[in-house]
Amino acid sequence: MSTFIKLLARNRLAIFGAAVLGVIILLIVVTPLLPLPDPDATATADRFKRPFSDGFILGTDHLGRDLLSRLLWGTQLSLAVGLAAALIAGTVGAAIGIVAGYFGGRIDNVIMRAIDMLMAFPYILLALAIVAALGPGLLNALYAVAAVNIPFFARNVRGVTVSIAHKEFVDAARLSGMGHIRILTTEILPNVLPVVIIAMSTTIGWMILETAGLSFLGLGSQPPQADLGSMLGEARAALITAPHTSIVPGMMILLIVMSVNLLGDGVRDALDPRLRSGALSRPMAATLVRRDETPPEEAETEAVLSLENLQTRFEVGSRIYRAVGGVSLAINPGECVGLIGESGSGKSVTALSVMGLVASPPGIITGGAVRLNGQDLIGAPYRRLRALRGDRVAYIFQDPLSTLHPLYRVGDQLTEAIRVHHRISRDAAHERAVKLLEDVRIPNARARIRSYPHELSGGMRQRVAIAMALANEPEVIIADEPTTALDVTVQAQILKLLDDLRRDRGVSILFITHDFGVVGQLCDRVAVMYAGRIVEEGTTAEVLDAPAHPYTKRLIACVPELGAGRRELHAIPGLPPAVDQLPHGCAFAPRCHKATGLCATSEIELTGTGRKVRCILPEEDVA
Amino acid sequence: MSLALETRDLTKTFDVGKRLMRPPKAQVHAVHPTSLNVENGETLGIVGESGCGKSTLARMLVGLLPPTSGTIEIEGLSGGSSPADFGRVIQYVFQDPVSSLNPRKTIRQILEAPLIHLHGMGRTERSARIDEIFDSVSLRPEFLDRYPHEFSGGQAQRIGIARALAANARILVLDEPVSALDVSVQAQVLNLLADLKDELGLTYLFISHDLAVVEAVSDRVAVLYFGAVVEEGRAENIFASPRHPYTRLLAESAPVVGRPIGGQAQGELPDPMNPPPGCAFASRCPRATDICRTDRPELRPIEGDQRAACHHPLDP
Ligand SMILES: Nc1ncnc2c1ncn2[C@@H]1O[C@H](COP(=O)(O)OP(=O)(O)OP(=O)(O)O)[C@@H](O)[C@H]1O
Ligand code: SF4
Ligand code: SF4
Ligand SMILES: [Mg+2]
Repeated sequence: MSTFIKLLARNRLAIFGAAVLGVIILLIVVTPLLPLPDPDATATADRFKRPFSDGFILGTDHLGRDLLSRLLWGTQLSLAVGLAAALIAGTVGAAIGIVAGYFGGRIDNVIMRAIDMLMAFPYILLALAIVAALGPGLLNALYAVAAVNIPFFARNVRGVTVSIAHKEFVDAARLSGMGHIRILTTEILPNVLPVVIIAMSTTIGWMILETAGLSFLGLGSQPPQADLGSMLGEARAALITAPHTSIVPGMMILLIVMSVNLLGDGVRDALDPRLRSGALSRPMAATLVRRDETPPEEAETEAVLSLENLQTRFEVGSRIYRAVGGVSLAINPGECVGLIGESGSGKSVTALSVMGLVASPPGIITGGAVRLNGQDLIGAPYRRLRALRGDRVAYIFQDPLSTLHPLYRVGDQLTEAIRVHHRISRDAAHERAVKLLEDVRIPNARARIRSYPHELSGGMRQRVAIAMALANEPEVIIADEPTTALDVTVQAQILKLLDDLRRDRGVSILFITHDFGVVGQLCDRVAVMYAGRIVEEGTTAEVLDAPAHPYTKRLIACVPELGAGRRELHAIPGLPPAVDQLPHGCAFAPRCHKATGLCATSEIELTGTGRKVRCILPEEDVA
Repeated sequence: MSLALETRDLTKTFDVGKRLMRPPKAQVHAVHPTSLNVENGETLGIVGESGCGKSTLARMLVGLLPPTSGTIEIEGLSGGSSPADFGRVIQYVFQDPVSSLNPRKTIRQILEAPLIHLHGMGRTERSARIDEIFDSVSLRPEFLDRYPHEFSGGQAQRIGIARALAANARILVLDEPVSALDVSVQAQVLNLLADLKDELGLTYLFISHDLAVVEAVSDRVAVLYFGAVVEEGRAENIFASPRHPYTRLLAESAPVVGRPIGGQAQGELPDPMNPPPGCAFASRCPRATDICRTDRPELRPIEGDQRAACHHPLDP
C-alpha cells in the first residue's frame, strides 16, 4: 500500500488530477451548507444575467436561475450518477467475468458469446435503445450507462480470472475442502480486485461523460432538476447570445473528466506490477560501465577469452546487489570450461557481462576487464561490441525462444543471422543455413527450415538455437544452462552435439550449469561460484574427485547420484547469502562447519595456480 | 501389507478444440489404461519425461480431475466422494512452491483452511495444531503471519508440505516437489520428507523426472512413457538392470560423472492425437520388430516383481 502511494505521488499529472478532483469534491460536499439560492427557483426577470452581475457570481440561465447554484448541485448529481454507474458496471461485470473465467467450459462459452454480441453494437446506440425501452429519466440513464459498460468489465475480469483459476493455489484450496463459493470469494476475488479497480478508475470519467450525453439529449435528468448534461442541453438554444450558460457546465465537465482520467491513469500505473518494476523503461544497448581504474586496453594472453576481476552490480533504489564480485577466469582455444553454482550465485550475470548484455539500468560494470584475444571488451564502443556479438562470441540460452523470433521461419532467421555479419547472396546464405541445420542433426533439414519455432519440439528448438550460435563460426560459445529445461534423453543428445562440435571445430565453450553430472561429462575445467565469486577452480577430475573448498565438497554430497541407491543426503543447512548484504570475510562462513573467527573477519583470497581455492582451511592441499 | 491406493485401468482423455454444439475436433489420450498399487507406508516413485502424463495421473488420484474411465480405490473413499473427502485422505504437494500459495493470504490463513474446512477445528485447537505442524517442517513460528512472497523457494515448499500435513492425510502425492529448488535446498527438503514419513507413517507417491532423486527416495518405481506404465520394479533394480528399452535409455541418458555422454537414441515422442497402434516407443527403439508396430505390449511380470510392457524385454 505504501509503495502504491509513493508511486502515485511520483506521478505529477496524477497529483494534479487528484488536486483538481479534490477541490471539486470538496465544493459539492459543502454545497448544502453554502448560502446558495434554490437551484430550481425561476425568476424570468433575471434572465441571462452575465457573470459577476447583481450578486450572481456565474450569472443566470434562460429562466433566471442562479448558475452557480445549479452548477454545484448539478455537479453533485453528475458525479454521483457516474460513480454509481461505474460501481454497478464494475460489480456486475466483475461478477460475470469471475463466474465465466472460473467455471470455464460451457458456462464460459455461453456468457462470453452473449457479451460479444452486446459489444458488437455501437454503445451509444445501445444506451439509446435501453433508455428508449425504459423511458427517459436520470435513473434509467444510469442503468443504461452501467449496462453498456458491463461487457468491458466482464471481458477484462474474465481474462484475469482464467489465469488465476489455473494457478496451483486454487487447486490447493479445493483440496483444503473449500467449496466453489468460498474459493471464488476468498481465493480469486482478492486477486482480481486490483484489475477491477484499475478498470473502474480508467472508465469512470467516460461514464460521467456518457451520462451527461444522455441528459444533453433530454433522455437523462428531467427539468427542472439540474445535472451537467441537461444544463448544457438547455443552454444550447442561447449558445450565441449567452455563451456563459454553456461555458460554465462545459468547463466543469472538462475539469471533471480530465482530472478523473489523469488520476485514473496514475492509479493504473501505480498498481500495474510491470510498470512498477521499471520493466518498461528502455534498456540501453550495452551495459553501463563505471570503472574506477581502466585496465590496459591490450594484454598478452594465451586464452581466447579471459575475465579479469570482473565486477558487475545492480543498483536498485538505495540497494546495491553485488551480483559479480571480482571474477577471473580464462578459457583457452578449444577448451570447455564449466561454471557451476546455485541459483543467484551470479553465473548468468557473469556470462552476460562479457558482451555487455546485462540490462542497464539497473546493471553496471564497476571494474575489471573482459579480453577477447587480449583486447578489452568492457570499454569498447557499442559499434565494436555489436560487430562481435553473434560473430566472434555467440550465446545459447536456457530458453531457445529468447533467441528465436516466434513469427519468422527458422530458416529466414538463420539466413538473416549469417547476412548481418557476412556479405553473401541470399541463396548462398540459404544453403549455409541448411548445412547448419544438418550439422546440428536436425533430420530432414531442407524441409524443417520452413518451420516456425512453435512447430518444433523443445529439443529441436534448442538445436536451431545452437545452429544460430554456430552461424558465423564463433571462437567462443557461451552456453547458459542450455539443457536445464530439456528432458534427460534430449539433454544427452544436445550435450553430445556440443561435445562433437567443439572437438570438430575447436570452438571454446563457457558452459554454465548447476549439474555436476553434466560438468563431469562435458567440461575440461570447472569453476565453482558462490555469492558472486569463484571459490574453487581446477580440472574437472580434480575438483569432482577431491573438492578443496568446503562448499564444493558439501554441495557434491547433497546431490543424489544414479546408482548410489537409497540413502540419506547430506544437506547444507541455511541458504546462500543475499548479494545485497554479503557477510564480511568468507561468504560461506555462516553455513560452514569448519568456520573459525578468522573466516568471518579477513578477506579470503583465491589462492593457487591452475588449481585454485578461496578458503583458509581447505579440504585438500592445492599447490 | 495392506494397500493404501489402487487404480484399475485408469484413463484420461482430453478434448481438444471444444466447440459449442458439435463434438470436439480431436482427443488427446493423456493417460492410457493404468493400473497401479501402492502399499501402506511405501514410497512409489513415478518417473517420466515432460508430457508423459505424470501430473494428469497425479491430479486424478487426488480427485482434482475426474477420470475418463477406470477406478481409483483409496481406503475409505468411494466413487461418489467429494473433493473434501479426498482431501482428508490424500493430499498433493505442488511443483511450483510459490504459485501454490495464494499471494494475498498469510501463511496462517493458508494453513488454517484445511483445519477449518476438512476437520472443523475450533480456534484454540487450530492454533496449537498449526504450531505443531510448523515445528515439524522446521520453520520458525514468526513466519506464520507473513505473506508468501517473503519466502525463498525452499521455505515456500516447506509451507506447501505443512499444508498437506495439516489435512492429516495418510497419503501424499508429491509432484516434482524439489525440481524448482537448488541442490543444497533440495537435499534439505528430501530429508525432511523422509523424516516426516518415518514419524507419521505416511505413504508417498513421488513424481519426478530426476532418476537419481527418485532412486534415492523410493521403494518401488514406475516408469511412464507416453501415458502408460512401461516398467515397474524395485528402486534398486529398475535403473541398475532395466528390462524395458526405454528405461535403459533414460538410465543411460542421466548425466553421471565419469561416464561418457550416453543415450543417443534419436527420434521424438509420437503425436498424442494420433497414437501409433503398437508400442509407442517403437520409432526410437533399437529392438523394434514388426509385432512392435502392430500390437501394443501389455505390462507383464518379467522377473520377481519387476514388470515391463515390451515384446522383447532386455536381459539383465
Ligand atoms: N535485473 C536485476 N536487478 C537486480 N538484481 C538482479 C538482476 N538480475 C540479477 N540480479 C541479481 O544478481 C544475482 C546473480 O544473478 P544470476 O542471474 O547471475 O544468478 P545465476 O547464478 O545465473 O542463477 P540461476 O541458476 O538461477 O540462473 C542474484 O542475486 C540476482 O537476484
Ligand atoms: S574460509 Fe572458513 S568459512 Fe570459508 S569455507 Fe573456508 S573454512 Fe569455511
Ligand atoms: S515392444 Fe518392441 S518397440 Fe516397444 S520397447 Fe519393446 S522391443 Fe522396443
Ligand atoms: Mg542463470
